[in-house]
Amino acid sequence: MKIKENSSLKYISILALIGAMFLIIFILEQLLPPTSMLFMVLKKGAIYSLVAVSLNLLCGFTGLFSLGHAGFMLIGAYTYAIFTIPLEARNAVYQYFDGGIINFTLPVPVALLAAGACAAVFAFLIGLPVLRLKSDYLAIATLGFAEIIRAIFQWDKLGPITNGSNVLRKFPSFSSTIFPFAVAGLCIAIIVLLINSSYGRAFKAIRDDEIAAEAMGINLAKHKQLSFTISSFFAGIGGALLAMFQTTVQAAAFKSSMTYEILLIVVIGGMGSVTGSCISSFLFIAASEWWLRFLDDETYIGSFKVPLLRSGFRKVVFSVVIMIIVLFYQRGIMGTKELSMDAIGRFFRKFKKEEDVA
Amino acid sequence: MTENILHVEKLTMQFGGVVAVYNLSLDVNKDEIVALIGPNGAGKTTVFNCITGVYEPTSGRVSFMGKDIISTYLRGKMKKQYSGEIKECKILNPTPDEITKLGIARTFQNIRLFKSMTVFENVLIAKHMRAKQNVFTATFRLNLHEEKRAREECLALLEEQGLLHLKDELASNLPYGFQRRLEISRALATEPKLLLLDEPAAGMNPQESQELADFIVHIKNKYKLSVLMIEHHMDLVMKISDRIYVVDFGKLIAHGTPSEVQKNQRVIDAYLGVADDA
Repeated sequence: MKIKENSSLKYISILALIGAMFLIIFILEQLLPPTSMLFMVLKKGAIYSLVAVSLNLLCGFTGLFSLGHAGFMLIGAYTYAIFTIPLEARNAVYQYFDGGIINFTLPVPVALLAAGACAAVFAFLIGLPVLRLKSDYLAIATLGFAEIIRAIFQWDKLGPITNGSNVLRKFPSFSSTIFPFAVAGLCIAIIVLLINSSYGRAFKAIRDDEIAAEAMGINLAKHKQLSFTISSFFAGIGGALLAMFQTTVQAAAFKSSMTYEILLIVVIGGMGSVTGSCISSFLFIAASEWWLRFLDDETYIGSFKVPLLRSGFRKVVFSVVIMIIVLFYQRGIMGTKELSMDAIGRFFRKFKKEEDVA
Repeated sequence: MTENILHVEKLTMQFGGVVAVYNLSLDVNKDEIVALIGPNGAGKTTVFNCITGVYEPTSGRVSFMGKDIISTYLRGKMKKQYSGEIKECKILNPTPDEITKLGIARTFQNIRLFKSMTVFENVLIAKHMRAKQNVFTATFRLNLHEEKRAREECLALLEEQGLLHLKDELASNLPYGFQRRLEISRALATEPKLLLLDEPAAGMNPQESQELADFIVHIKNKYKLSVLMIEHHMDLVMKISDRIYVVDFGKLIAHGTPSEVQKNQRVIDAYLGVADDA
């Protein structure tokens, strides 16, 4: 009985926390101008959180090292864009391809789901041959497939659908920060439910020891395929959100460097920690887009020009920071632990105890 | 007549030029403890790996409870080499998880627990394959009934095995003896009819292996299992096994009751070596 009360208290506190978060965002939106850097970081951070958590499901929880995430995001972004460009705008967007061949639009929520589903279908097909490979070889093969997807989407024979290598634009996007938070939050919640379910345990068993997992009756091929497909589904939704955020889509943007960024977020946050991925994606976006911006500007103190500061120096500093993290905090911010109410409570209790001793 | 549980017929496993197991046949009957012994590198674990589907045997047949589960015959170049020894049959080559589902559970020589998971989760994994669920019902918690039943069964099993007080420990933090015991518990949670134990007493002192012997007999009677085990501790083997098979260099050199095997000259030679001037 006591356990039950505790768990309902936990749910209430989590709901309260989420409500408070949305309220704060809402108030901030009223107070600050919408062009504020903070909102840009929050929006992009939420989207990257979703993508990072979906990659973490694959790398951190199932132990499959995939580098094809940008490819699935691209599929999601394109699917969303293609199906939501308003009919009257199609002639302008597909100016070289006579308005394209798709003559209908889908509502935004349906298009988001379609983006995920499309990425999942591609992942399923790619997974059939690729998931027989292990570790490094899997990473190389998925990287290759991601590049192939990018090349195919830029192919001008497919222009009537994908607009070739031209930009897709004029599709509906969002202006409020609440939208990406809500969508990403919902998706992450589903991933967390999956991870804590019987299937999540099976994924972790595969990560820990494939041979033992098989001996426990877990069908490796089926579960790897499942994890890969689900991860790509959410990557597709993340890609669609990214398209909405950027308001334009171009295949050239989904390079492998995007996969590395996401992988970096996962590693910094801790392989196998959902909250770690979320925290690190906000930190990563804030650092790369906002806090370290000043390094790119030439600065003068009086008449003295500060050395080294010039366009591109930000990336140098950033690389050094990442190297330090990888060298000294190999397990990431959170390791495999999760940040939860219990963990915070434990931390403060411990703190208190230490104070009492002193 | 005793009911046959496992029947291995003319099993051959070849890795390139190395013949690890050659033409080996063995039987396990219901409620029996059968031991597979032999010097290091004799191919005992390879036999286990063939039975549990980790390797595809070069040729041979395995049937479990009267039904063929694995069968292969020689193909290609191999066929010429051993021509006429095995007649052709249907190829069955299941993956290890299918074998486990049929009711053969195994433990490993070097303990393979899920290290980052708790003791309870380690056992709970075994229930995954038999639960009626799919990824949607599991994610959205529509299988609470199944999940609750699995949890209760696992708790009962852990209590029975004396591991209940450790259930929230990480598996890698357990002392060695408990890790062995957890691995056997985990195998039992798959609801097997045949248990394959690969050196369960490795690294144990005489006192501990004595306890292990009692434990194996106990679980055999309690869960109505048949047991096939690989073991090097001869006192343990001689004490609890009903029959013993001895392999050397992949070939069966003797089989019989413990007292028969002890007197067998070929077994003594295999273990102690033959003097050159004899």
